[in-house]
Amino acid sequence: METIPLNSPDKDFIREVQERSGQNVQSCYQCGNCTAGCPYNFAYDVSVSRIMRLVQLGQREAVLKSHSIWLCATCQSCTTRCPNSIEVAKIMDVLRHMAREAGYATERNVKAFGDAFLESVEKHGRVYELGVTASYVKKTGRFWTDVDLAPAMLPKNKLSIKPHEIRGKEHVAEIFKRYRERDAAKENR
Amino acid sequence: MRIGVFVCHCGSNIAATVDCPAVAEQAKNLQDVVFTTDTMYTCSEPGQNEIIEAIKEHNLDGVVVASCSPRMHEATFRRALERAGLNRYMLEMANIREHVSWIGKDKERNTVKAFELVSIAAAKLRNNNPLFANKFDVTKRVLVIGGGVAGIQAALDCADAGYQVVMVEREQSIGGKMAKIDKTFPTVDCSSCILGPKMVDVAQHENITLYAMSEVEKIEGYVGNFDVQVRKKATYVNWDDCTGCGACMEKCPSKKNLDAFNEGISKCTAINIPFPQAIPKKAAINPEGCMMLKKGKCGVCAKVCPTKCIDFEQKDEILTEKVGAVIAATGYDMFDHSVYKQYGAGQYPDVITSLQYERLMNASGPTGGHIKRPSDGKEPKKVVFVQCVGSRDPAVGRPYCSGFCCMYTAKQAILTKDHIPDSDSYVFYMDIRSPGKGYDEFTRRAQEQYGVQYLRGRVSMIYPKGDHYVVRGADTLAGTQVEVEADLVVLAVGAESAKNAPALAEKMRISYDSYGFFMEAHPKLKPVETNTAGVYLAGSCVGPRDIPTSVGQGSAAAAKVMTLFSKDKLESDPQVSSVNASRCVGCLKCAKTCPFGAIKEVTDRGGNVKAEVIETVCQGCGICTVTCPQGAIQLQHFTDNQILAEVNALCQAQLDF
Repeated sequence: METIPLNSPDKDFIREVQERSGQNVQSCYQCGNCTAGCPYNFAYDVSVSRIMRLVQLGQREAVLKSHSIWLCATCQSCTTRCPNSIEVAKIMDVLRHMAREAGYATERNVKAFGDAFLESVEKHGRVYELGVTASYVKKTGRFWTDVDLAPAMLPKNKLSIKPHEIRGKEHVAEIFKRYRERDAAKENR
Repeated sequence: MRIGVFVCHCGSNIAATVDCPAVAEQAKNLQDVVFTTDTMYTCSEPGQNEIIEAIKEHNLDGVVVASCSPRMHEATFRRALERAGLNRYMLEMANIREHVSWIGKDKERNTVKAFELVSIAAAKLRNNNPLFANKFDVTKRVLVIGGGVAGIQAALDCADAGYQVVMVEREQSIGGKMAKIDKTFPTVDCSSCILGPKMVDVAQHENITLYAMSEVEKIEGYVGNFDVQVRKKATYVNWDDCTGCGACMEKCPSKKNLDAFNEGISKCTAINIPFPQAIPKKAAINPEGCMMLKKGKCGVCAKVCPTKCIDFEQKDEILTEKVGAVIAATGYDMFDHSVYKQYGAGQYPDVITSLQYERLMNASGPTGGHIKRPSDGKEPKKVVFVQCVGSRDPAVGRPYCSGFCCMYTAKQAILTKDHIPDSDSYVFYMDIRSPGKGYDEFTRRAQEQYGVQYLRGRVSMIYPKGDHYVVRGADTLAGTQVEVEADLVVLAVGAESAKNAPALAEKMRISYDSYGFFMEAHPKLKPVETNTAGVYLAGSCVGPRDIPTSVGQGSAAAAKVMTLFSKDKLESDPQVSSVNASRCVGCLKCAKTCPFGAIKEVTDRGGNVKAEVIETVCQGCGICTVTCPQGAIQLQHFTDNQILAEVNALCQAQLDF
């Protein structure tokens, strides 16, 4: 395993995680309760308590390249169980955003689904399920994903052929526009 | 008047953020100040000698020391003044450390504030008068509240030194938590075998009066002369005649009452003696379970009692005792783990507390010392111990470490293997805290010799599966989630302050922290004293303590009482109210407002009603002085003139640095 040089922790990384999540990562005393309760731990490459430790040590690369931050389902078991009342799920969410901004997407399919979902919301003001599926399949080529769910969903009218547009969907699109403008402004700075 | 001002640097504690030489220099301009200096450590021997020499050389008759809080060193400097021949009340302190240097970083503004405090002190000093203490008698008896191991030790030490001891115990028997424990760490010797003889000594000692099933109702008075009211709760058994034969327990038909001594893992009769070694070994009726007391029908115990000592009409009694000192040794309570919903909230029968497990292992416990699951009585083969339940958990309001759980868990894991050789034990821990003689070796022994599997991580949930439980936790050293199937889960519950501890603290007029633990006068240098003279502390009422520390503190508190009782007379504090009889109009408003009953009505030679202060009862709170319409009653050392002089000095203080 790699030796972590501790003399030069990435303090900007620690600060950014703390500022964006509003949590004090130093209040974690590594009891492991988040890992103990995590229902997705089986799929993680780095357990959530270790993610917290790596953030404390300012290990930007190791954290943002981990698969775990993409696999987190934000079920909030960690947040509920934390004896120090740290919103761990929020930190995982912030890390996912930071990874995306830094161009890391170790779980491409998860990112593709997120993108497909947001595109649909931008276009229709809400999710158009078939559209999301089509877009996701296009991005990933995973044609048979969850196809077994269709027979159950169809009779319940959960997979309509046409999108349901909401009233004022342009306002939702406006949110996306504002976000992009703010992002561009940030980059120009 | 000739005043000397000494400005202390306190190393860099003050000097780093206050310009001490400048404060000393400016103080020369204050009225009546004839000598000023600044020193590195005024409280040190050379520092004190400097004060003494300056008093002699410059013929000073008052001294201002600008340094730390008077709580820290007022007594030190008062003694220095006395050595130089001045009255101790001709000292004033300006607190430029806690009130200035430690709370502000702006050196310029700090220096101004420090000078203002010095000028206030000098202005007050100009109005000071020498005061002299009166002497009063000491009642050489001591009240010990709580009959756990700390209280027992304190009581025996005081009694052996020849002083009368009154011990008040809330429960039916003394012995406290230690009486419930099976074995003690790290020696694994039998708890009741080492405690039992001490309990018997308490019962038999001619100098000890024991009131069990009693609580302190009220404490009045002051060091050397406390008046204590003790409520002796109704036991419905005349204890003078009860021989503890137990015939009543055999015949009592109400057999399903909560057995508090066995921590609720068994049932007991309504009339009960909690355990065979109980001191005093007397029966008492639990009124919630007794048919006679509830419905007026039964009375079987009264019929079978050979000494006819059952008395269903018995009422609570209030007794009064005069003592000179009080030792509080009221111990702790166990954390209520039902707040942990993820551990079953107390609903799973085989998820029990550590103290319940002690009773299961104890030969005098309900299972005769055989470990059996409460649900089906089967012998557990896999036992999981969960540490830090209600300790180091800010989310449940218990951020502190209870200190002894790591050790008792290791002991329980070892004993489990001794009782059931083919069993496996698992311990979930966060950190092993074993700083004591032979303690760490003991936890290592649990792992190395007894094969106890230690897992570093918290447990996130316990859930039933078939006839056993699944414990899911983390092993942070392996870096992942782990699961253990368990027949029995023991929660190492932490310690919290005893029930009603704050109310008792208020009766004793001592401070307590936000968790209800009593506050020492100084956490390091006065660990068994309080800020109320004559009230001492021992054991876990101050914070979680193990047995050796509790015993040590019991002896320490006893030694403090003996020091107090070594004097035949105590000196009263002259900083009390006094009445100027020529101005007093006898309205006695002061007597009505005094919270201590320290003002009495007297008649002078002309037959006029006047107020008079009982010096030893007055606590110097000053409420009377603001009540008096005539300004006739004044608190010595804090008179209206002295306080107005301070206010004037503050309003006039000007300086140019």
